[in-house]
Amino acid sequence: MFEIRIHSRGGQGGVTAARLIALAAIRDGKYATAFPFYGAERRGAPVVSFVRINEKPIKVYSQIRRPDMVVVLDASVMETVDVLHGLRPGGTVLLNSAHKSQFKDVKSYHVDLTGIALRENLVVAGSPILNTPVLGALAKLGIITAESAKKAIGEMFTDERNARAADAAFREVAA
Amino acid sequence: MLTVSTGNKAVAMAVKQAKPAVVAAYPITPQTEIVEQIAEYVTAKELATRYIAVESEHSAMAACIGAGVTGVRTFTATSSHGLLYMHEMTNWAAGARIPVVMANVNRALGPGWNIWAEHTDAMQERDTGWLQVYVASVQEAYDATLMAFRIAEHNDVLLPVMINLDGFLLSHIMQPLVADKIGDFIPPLHLPHAIDVTKPRGYGGLTGPDEHFKFRWDIERSMRDSRKVIEETQAEFNRRFGREYGWTEDYRCEDADVVVLSLGTLGKEAEMAVDSLRKEGIRAGSMRVRWFRPFPKLDLNGRDVVVIDRDYSFGFGGVLARSIEAKNRVDLFSVIAGLGGQEVTYDDIAGFIRNRRMGEEFWFGVSGDV
Repeated sequence: MFEIRIHSRGGQGGVTAARLIALAAIRDGKYATAFPFYGAERRGAPVVSFVRINEKPIKVYSQIRRPDMVVVLDASVMETVDVLHGLRPGGTVLLNSAHKSQFKDVKSYHVDLTGIALRENLVVAGSPILNTPVLGALAKLGIITAESAKKAIGEMFTDERNARAADAAFREVAA
Repeated sequence: MLTVSTGNKAVAMAVKQAKPAVVAAYPITPQTEIVEQIAEYVTAKELATRYIAVESEHSAMAACIGAGVTGVRTFTATSSHGLLYMHEMTNWAAGARIPVVMANVNRALGPGWNIWAEHTDAMQERDTGWLQVYVASVQEAYDATLMAFRIAEHNDVLLPVMINLDGFLLSHIMQPLVADKIGDFIPPLHLPHAIDVTKPRGYGGLTGPDEHFKFRWDIERSMRDSRKVIEETQAEFNRRFGREYGWTEDYRCEDADVVVLSLGTLGKEAEMAVDSLRKEGIRAGSMRVRWFRPFPKLDLNGRDVVVIDRDYSFGFGGVLARSIEAKNRVDLFSVIAGLGGQEVTYDDIAGFIRNRRMGEEFWFGVSGDV
């Protein structure tokens, strides 16, 4: 089982990102579940969402304690949240940032999802959309296939800029 | 067709296929998505249902009863305090023999205010004459909703059915869902006591001491008859759609020395606990109780029994545990866990089984008793 924890702020689309990743994994022929932690969170507050991907049906409903991968859609949450908490040894971090991450002893990748969204003019109510481009980065990292990433995006969104942003993230994600 | 869905949306999709004539509803977290989705189907003209947005849950159930007595199919959904607010009318629906189908997204009762999963809401409805089924996956939420209409409306039943799904854990999780073309799986409703203006009859009249018990017995008679209808419906569902359901979902029980029983998503998590205990050499099994009313006959002979309740009856005990005890005369270990969304992992469940103390009750996470 491969477990992903997504850190974002309320309103940034972390929940939708989790759903898109699960949908893409299902289109890859795997089993997947996606769920947020629903607390007293509000718009702008740090939130977490979870994705599980497995070859067999998934019976676990409790939260993910030991993720294989952590995705940080908003680097500013790291000021108050330990995003590496519980990360399995050998686990991976994907950070939305134009700059190489400063994590020590962790396999980390970065991609400027915000920059890509702004470049594609993928902005809703003043916020850049991060949850479709992040699928491109995850496809590059081998979590889902690029084909299924596109399929999942196409099933949930009609605007082609989403797929273009995912392509850009696929190209630009770097260690 | 393989798609993905939340538990809430899966219920709404099944309702859309069952085509109720009337849906009356009032929103409440974490159920709201169900009635929102149905409202969207109606607005998009994908579903020709009279959608009545009422001012309270009491009215939602009253509207379903009022519509139902004309002989049409009805549906509503609720949670927690919404269900409690309906309570007078849930009794009425069963007594008036209106086969309303309702999804209840299980949520704790306040105070303290809490929006997360707990079964005490539905447990407080257990003596109303409603059939109750508890589901544990998005697929099962969809399947059980389709079956609920067929069971409720069967001539030998004509009692309302409540489908229970865990708040957030199941209502808001996204999982794969196979949605089928249902064909004639749910036959048209023929309510024998439907209002017919050409044959005027009295409804809701006073029933005296010489009559009232007969109506009560009639509910129980139908509750007993519903067992056969449930079995036939589940068998027919499996024949048509290839997914098998029983009174319980049993996992590695055949040779088990200890069996853990629970309701809802805890029962899936328990299967993981069983697998890990088996690796330690403990022969454990899981029996996820699906039907709570009518209460299933359980095969627990000679085994240690651990029951997890995500509910409580104050001054009495875990409702599932004490029900099993009463019906099976077993000595069991009663665990109270998961109240108000308390996190319970498969490691925790493995611990309950490993450290069982027969005859005792254990509140998970309560200091001094851990």
